[in-house]
Amino acid sequence: MAELNAKIPSGPLAGKWTQYKDHQNLVNPTNKRKLDIIVIGTGLGGASAAASLGEMGFNVKIFCYQDSPRRAHSIAAQGGINAAKNYPNDGDSIYRLFYDTIKGGDYRSRESNVYRLAEVSNNIIDQCVAQGVPFAREYGGSLENRSFGGALVSRTFFARGQTGQQLLLGAYGALSRQLKLGTVKLFNRHEMQDLVIIEGKARGIIARDLVNGKLERHFGHAVVFATGGYGNVFYLSTNAMGSNVSACWQVFKKGAYFANPCFTQIHPTCIPVHGDYQSKLTLMSESLRNDGRIWVPKSKEDAEKHRKRLIKAKDIKEEDRDYYLERRYPAYGNLVPRDVASRAAKERCDAGHGVGDTGLAVFLDFEESIKRLGKHVIEERYGNLFQMYEKIMDENPYENPMLIYPAAHYAMGGIWVDYELMTTIPGLYALGEANFSDHGANRLGASALMQGLADGYFVLPYTIQNYLAGEIRIPRMATDKPEFEEAEKRVKDRIRQLMEVKGNKSVDHFHKELGKIMWEYVGMARNEAGLKKAIELIRALRAEFWKDVRIPGSADELNPELEKAGRVADFLEMGELLAFDALNRNESCGGHFREEYQTNEGECLRNDQDYMYVAAWEYLKEGEFQLHKEPLKYEEIEVKQRIYK
Amino acid sequence: MRLTLKIWKQKDSHSKGKFVNYSLDAISPNCSFLEMLDILNEQLIRQNEEPVAFDHDCREGICGTCSLYINGRPHGPDDAVTTCQLHMRKFKDGDIIVIEPWRAKPFPVVKDLIVDRSAFDKIIQEGGYISVLTGGAAEANQILVSKTNAELSMDAAACIGCGACVAACKNASAMLFVSAKVSHLGLLPQGRIEAKDRVKKMVAMMDTMGFGNCTNTYACEAECPKLISRSNIARMNREFICAKVI
Repeated sequence: MAELNAKIPSGPLAGKWTQYKDHQNLVNPTNKRKLDIIVIGTGLGGASAAASLGEMGFNVKIFCYQDSPRRAHSIAAQGGINAAKNYPNDGDSIYRLFYDTIKGGDYRSRESNVYRLAEVSNNIIDQCVAQGVPFAREYGGSLENRSFGGALVSRTFFARGQTGQQLLLGAYGALSRQLKLGTVKLFNRHEMQDLVIIEGKARGIIARDLVNGKLERHFGHAVVFATGGYGNVFYLSTNAMGSNVSACWQVFKKGAYFANPCFTQIHPTCIPVHGDYQSKLTLMSESLRNDGRIWVPKSKEDAEKHRKRLIKAKDIKEEDRDYYLERRYPAYGNLVPRDVASRAAKERCDAGHGVGDTGLAVFLDFEESIKRLGKHVIEERYGNLFQMYEKIMDENPYENPMLIYPAAHYAMGGIWVDYELMTTIPGLYALGEANFSDHGANRLGASALMQGLADGYFVLPYTIQNYLAGEIRIPRMATDKPEFEEAEKRVKDRIRQLMEVKGNKSVDHFHKELGKIMWEYVGMARNEAGLKKAIELIRALRAEFWKDVRIPGSADELNPELEKAGRVADFLEMGELLAFDALNRNESCGGHFREEYQTNEGECLRNDQDYMYVAAWEYLKEGEFQLHKEPLKYEEIEVKQRIYK
Repeated sequence: MRLTLKIWKQKDSHSKGKFVNYSLDAISPNCSFLEMLDILNEQLIRQNEEPVAFDHDCREGICGTCSLYINGRPHGPDDAVTTCQLHMRKFKDGDIIVIEPWRAKPFPVVKDLIVDRSAFDKIIQEGGYISVLTGGAAEANQILVSKTNAELSMDAAACIGCGACVAACKNASAMLFVSAKVSHLGLLPQGRIEAKDRVKKMVAMMDTMGFGNCTNTYACEAECPKLISRSNIARMNREFICAKVI
């Protein structure tokens, strides 16, 4: 059994990272050339890591399932990226960013990692500006900031509503430069299928060329995966259609621990569900809550009338509106963290105040801001989001308030990593959303971009050397070793099994069914009976999948149905672990809300006595997982109830 | 809605392709175009036929993966959207919809409606970036950028690299795509240092990859889902001439 040692450096919190860097092992330039690193995923974490490692002189191979590295789903992040620059002179500091992130995560993240994240946040902004990321500017030419949920300061940097796109294009540019220089080699339209472990260390992968279906073997002295989150376990989510848990799930089955899978983020402001055919939910950036006010009708009668399309939002008088976030949380108002805002929306809709055709929506209203600032200012700030909304909903949000509802968005949980971002498998690293470490039970807005780039630019390039310094005597291995053979055979067998089912139902059918189970029983509110039921239902669905899925075509060609089938097969196992973890955690914290554990006011009731730990799961066999605990120690921060009133 | 679809089917890059007709029934006008194709594929799988392969990922108009030449227009009949943001309410009951892949020599068909756009990556690799090492950056506010230039730069940087501009152009020119990157970086002080080299190398690679030249029809601008302006092409031409002459 692998040991759960987070390898947190000793000494005072603020000095840990400096102290680590001062004493870690480094690899000399001539040896770097002899070392191969595999990076999987080309989002913010993967692209920035591959570029940085390439610059340092390592041989890097980078893989993505998309046709181009520029298309990774980091590109869809809208609102911004946090940093403790304190440019607006409003009292921000590294400590405050650290504190807000820990508190935002409901005291379930690791202090040392979060402090380091806040510490390097400023370097990220410097780096991105130097790369030419066109951040918003003040008239004097300096950088502009805006505020985001869960903070009392304005520390968010942004490039209109396309911050993720611009940051990713910056990292993609840096990666492209290394591709040209030949230090990094790109394998696009390739999907990782399995991890190869030799003598207990990660030494390579089996990848499938998605165009011709061929399986390939790749060696690396270390393997880094930055493959994103598992939000698509809910089927309908804000993730890209291809976002998947498969890489994480394969390494989990190989011995890496999966930490806090039940910490999933439901984002409060998404365009509501409207039909069975729907494939995706579109996010409306949290930044909109800077200028938009969220409300529902005070009376159920008005809500009912709106659902029947008898009245419009405008017909409801000011005094008949319930700005429930401003009412319940006067200090933070519409800018409460995401988990709080999502639950509050669900509570109002469950109580019969929901609007729109389905009654599962609330208003996000810009009328007052447009009056105060003028339409042009709102257009300048959120133009692309308003356009996106109008195209989908066929309604003008400048005239009528937006209809929004929570949707699955982000996974705080992920593969367990230590301070060095290494998993429980030596030589295997996890970055960005794929790991678990920085966001605890709830991620604050504009912090995912920060973490992806922190891990890729400023953390991994250091910590991986501490490991690789010990690998300089290991020559490049041939890929005909039995471990590669075995891994490839396993992958081949699994693909054959999938193709041979020849059942009656499409992959999407199973994915949708899984999504329904997850959303109903493992979504925004969970309880013991529901979770137990979910586990039963998922097991039955998984059995049915392997008996009745139909994958047309063959395995030796471009076959999108086969790609999806592999991913859904993994989600059908992962969903069970998620429910398992939610069942184990008898408390409510952040995005994990157990109905049995709430205050009289319906807020989360944490149980620090029994659950102030990271739940790291080890795979035993299908449907069986062993729990390991990493206790969370707060040396710097006083653990309190999380109040935004 | 009842629809007839004429879709380009092609097994792989070596095979010859052809149009295949499909009919669909009971499509909601609120359905997106790609969801309509999902429904078609679901139907084909049920009938034990091969589904239609098409590229897509984020389905919110930002990743640039989706393509499709719909009734003779890249990304279909709506303006300023990608195919994934196109909704069926833009069509009428009983419509015949012709769906083709991007048609341009530098974008060979991979399968059915999927094309290979790696030529775009190759162009970016020539200089679509600022050469700065990780960790070597100065304090962010030491580089001041006028708001006007920052906004113009952002306008150009909004390009999603989908290739609609190339598909729309009778010359299969990539000038809008390349000029967007040249403008995004060239409008910023930090991007000026390499500006001459950048434009020369990127244009050279654009030619090598087989993209045509601009003859000022501006079909690219008309079809760009991100409204990238043709004035970027003028800016690139100016940069290119200056780089070559001076």
